Formats: sequence, C-alpha cells, structure tokens
Amino acid sequence: MIDELLARGVSPIHALDARCRLAACLLLSLPAALAQGLAAPLGILGLGLLLTLLSRPPLGVVLRRTAAINVFVAFLWLFVPAATPGAPVWTFHGLTVSREGLDLALLTTVKANAVFFCVLSLLATIPAPALGRAMTALGVPAKFSFLFVFTYRYLHVIAEEYGRLVVAARLRGFAPASNGRTYRTYAALLAMVLVRAYDRSQRVYQAMLLRGFHGRFPSLDRFRASWPDRVFLCLMALAAALAAYGDWISRSGHA
Amino acid sequence: MPEPLLALEKITFAYPAADPVLDALDFTFSPGQRIGLFGPNGSGKTTLLHVMMGLARPQSGVVRYKGREAQTERDFREVRLGIGMLLQNADDQIIYPTVLDDVAFGPLNRGLAPDAARELAERTLTLLGLDGFADRLAHRLSGGEKKLVSLAGVLAMEPEALLLDEPTGGLDPETRERLVAILGQLAKPMIIISHDWDFLAHVTDTYYSIEQGRLVRDPDFVLHRHVHGHPLGDRHHHHH
Repeated sequence: MIDELLARGVSPIHALDARCRLAACLLLSLPAALAQGLAAPLGILGLGLLLTLLSRPPLGVVLRRTAAINVFVAFLWLFVPAATPGAPVWTFHGLTVSREGLDLALLTTVKANAVFFCVLSLLATIPAPALGRAMTALGVPAKFSFLFVFTYRYLHVIAEEYGRLVVAARLRGFAPASNGRTYRTYAALLAMVLVRAYDRSQRVYQAMLLRGFHGRFPSLDRFRASWPDRVFLCLMALAAALAAYGDWISRSGHA
Repeated sequence: MPEPLLALEKITFAYPAADPVLDALDFTFSPGQRIGLFGPNGSGKTTLLHVMMGLARPQSGVVRYKGREAQTERDFREVRLGIGMLLQNADDQIIYPTVLDDVAFGPLNRGLAPDAARELAERTLTLLGLDGFADRLAHRLSGGEKKLVSLAGVLAMEPEALLLDEPTGGLDPETRERLVAILGQLAKPMIIISHDWDFLAHVTDTYYSIEQGRLVRDPDFVLHRHVHGHPLGDRHHHHH
C-alpha cells in the first residue's frame, strides 16, 4: 500500500535526526516556492539534487517519481505560455505564445522540481511513524500528527479489507468490464469499505478508552540531536536564507 | 470471600429496537476467580464485558467497582486502569504503526514518564517472548504476533484483572500454546470468552454461559483436559 521505498535506506541523510530533516525541508521549500526570479529555485534545485544523491536512493524509484511530478508540469506547458498575456514570441491559429508565459512556465517547472528533490531527499527518507513524532516535536498540534499516524496505520488495514472484498467478488465470478454493473459493483465495494472503516473507528476508539485514553496523545520522545544534525540544519538554514536574500536583491535591483 | 472487584446488579441492556440481551443480570467477579464464559454467538457475552468496562451503558442496573458504584465516564476510567480488556480483533487494538509505541500507549495514559513507559513496554514484550519486536511495524506482523502484541499492550498497564474476548480466535496451534502458557503463569483473576473448550480447561476453573439474558453457572459441566489427540477437543461434548 504505502511502500516507503526510500525510508529504510542507509546513508548520511538517513543518519540525520528526523526533526532536522523535516525542518530543513520546510526551510528550503519556502524560498524555492516564493521566489520570483529563477536563480533562487535553481540554486535550491541543485542543492536538492545533491541531497538526493547523498541519500543513495534506488535510481528507478527516483526516475519514476520525477516522471510522475513532471507529468503535471507538462500540462502547465500546454496552457500557461498561451494563456499569459505579454510580448508575443510565436502565433499559431490565433493562439499567441508570450515571452512572459514561457518564463512563467519555466519558473514553475524549476520551482516544482526544486521542492520535489528536497522532499525526496529529506522527507521521503523518514519512516512515517518517525515523521509523525517529528511533526509533534516541531510543534504541529498533536491531533494533526496523530491523524497522520492513524492514517498510516489504518490505510494498510483498510486496503487489506478492500482486497478481501474484491477477492470475494471475484470468487463468485465477478469480472470487471466497462459496463454499468461493474461500476455499481465497485461502488458497492467502496461503500462497504467506508461502512466497515466507520465501524472499525468505533472499535478503535473503544480500545483506546480501554487503555486509559483521555483526550491527550502521549508520546515516547526519542529524538537526540547531535552536533552533525545541528551543523546540517544550520547549513540548510543558511542556504535557504541565501536564496531568499538573493531573490530579494534581484527583485529590488529591477525596481 | 474477598470483596468483589466487579459486581453487576440487575443489569438490563438492549440494543435499539431489539429484545434485551442482558435481562436483570446479576454477577460478581472476585479476586482469584478464573472464569470461562461461553455460549452461542449473539448471546450477549461481549456486551456483558462492555457493560463491565463502561463501553456499553445498560438501561437499568448498577455496576460496582470495588464496592463503589460506577456511573460516569470518569468512574469507568478508574475501572479501565484497574482491569485490562483484550478485544477480539487485534487490529482494532494496535493503534500505532510501531510495536513499542503501541505497548507504551497505556502506561503513558496512566501518567508514567516516557522513559519509565518505554522500560515497562520493553519488559512486557520480553515477558511475552517478543524480544526484538519493539521497532517492528504493526502491519507487517502475522495474525498471531498481532494478538500477542495487543495482549502486551493490555498487560503493560499492569491491570489487577483481565477480560479476554475470544483470545484464541484464528490462532495457529503454536501461538495458542504460547497463550495458554502465558495466561497460566499470570496470577491474575480473569474472565475469558471462548468457544475453545480445551483452552478454557487449561486456563480457567469456573464456567458460565448466558441463557435468556441471565448468567448460568454450569455445575454439571465438567471440563477435562485432552492428553491424547481428540477429534472433539475444541467442541462441547460428553464422555460416556
């Protein structure tokens, strides 16, 4: 269901404290996403690629995920250049591709990939349970991080339940086709999954009450930031500040 | 006779638009008792345990914990800190993705500091022969392992007594034997719902069933252990 293909590797990145990785990822993503010039996102893209290299991911996984994100980006290239007003570069059957449109599409592409590689190297390398704890440790409300942890825990259970329902349907001769009956069957299966998930949520809540739950989510804190973690976080904060500053300088330079 | 841990007085409970499953039922559960509870599906066994723990509120009747009437959620919170209950389905009970976090959930709720809770959780895992499970992921455990981990979650609360709802359901013979050994060693009063007669014979000594909403003690029912292979080992049967 959720494979976490990158979370269980061994690398200098994996050795870092999860809180530091999460914080660094946030710090780098902000200037990359908010920049107006191309330089800052390009710099962060380079840094993201370097971090990804350091995290020693399987090449296939990286390529597949890069392709997935850039499918969305490709759609931008279909519409943004023609839909943005500005100096015409090329006209075709009444459609005008503008200089500004091309710039905007390029900027968005670089930004998307910059953030993507930061997430791939810093966030995707954290196992979900540790990510939940890191979120709590960084001040995310406990309810929110527990929602995340529960989702991770029960997505597998719900997926198994759905799998069993599909097997049960197939054992009685159900073969999916492109017709109304197939869609109705899938709708019924999904409805069953929802109903069962609701029932299960009641039982899970009862089980929590039985173990003394009283509205507060406790946590076994197990983070210990050592000096490499601190140095790493400082370096990343510096890089993020540099990118933000550079972007601000170039903007006020034009003005 | 020591003071009962739990006493039910004239408990009546009905699900909406249905006949009562528990009908003016009386029951006491005292230290030292090991009770086996059996009966057909739908006879109200699970409901009875839920009423004891305050998960189901009866329409009438009184639940007493150590002599004091338990009415509010706060009263039942005290009951739940004293009596541990294991649910039928381990997946409902294991709420954390990793084993150690899950086993530590109860101790942390009891107010233990994180280090003490972790230590207690690790000790409980060792007690159940689950060394090395601390960092295992819940969804990668086998059915039997899940059952033992969920039991660890209950035992880590160091309850005075245990309520177990069909603990052997779906277990392979080996895990079932482990469970028999674990429960046999625990010197705690317990109530076990089970259809597994052989299992009940090993770990309990008093037997009840629910008939027409009342608890019936089974005096002429004699459980015997099977030292030989026996095709009826897990069924209710008579020897002639």
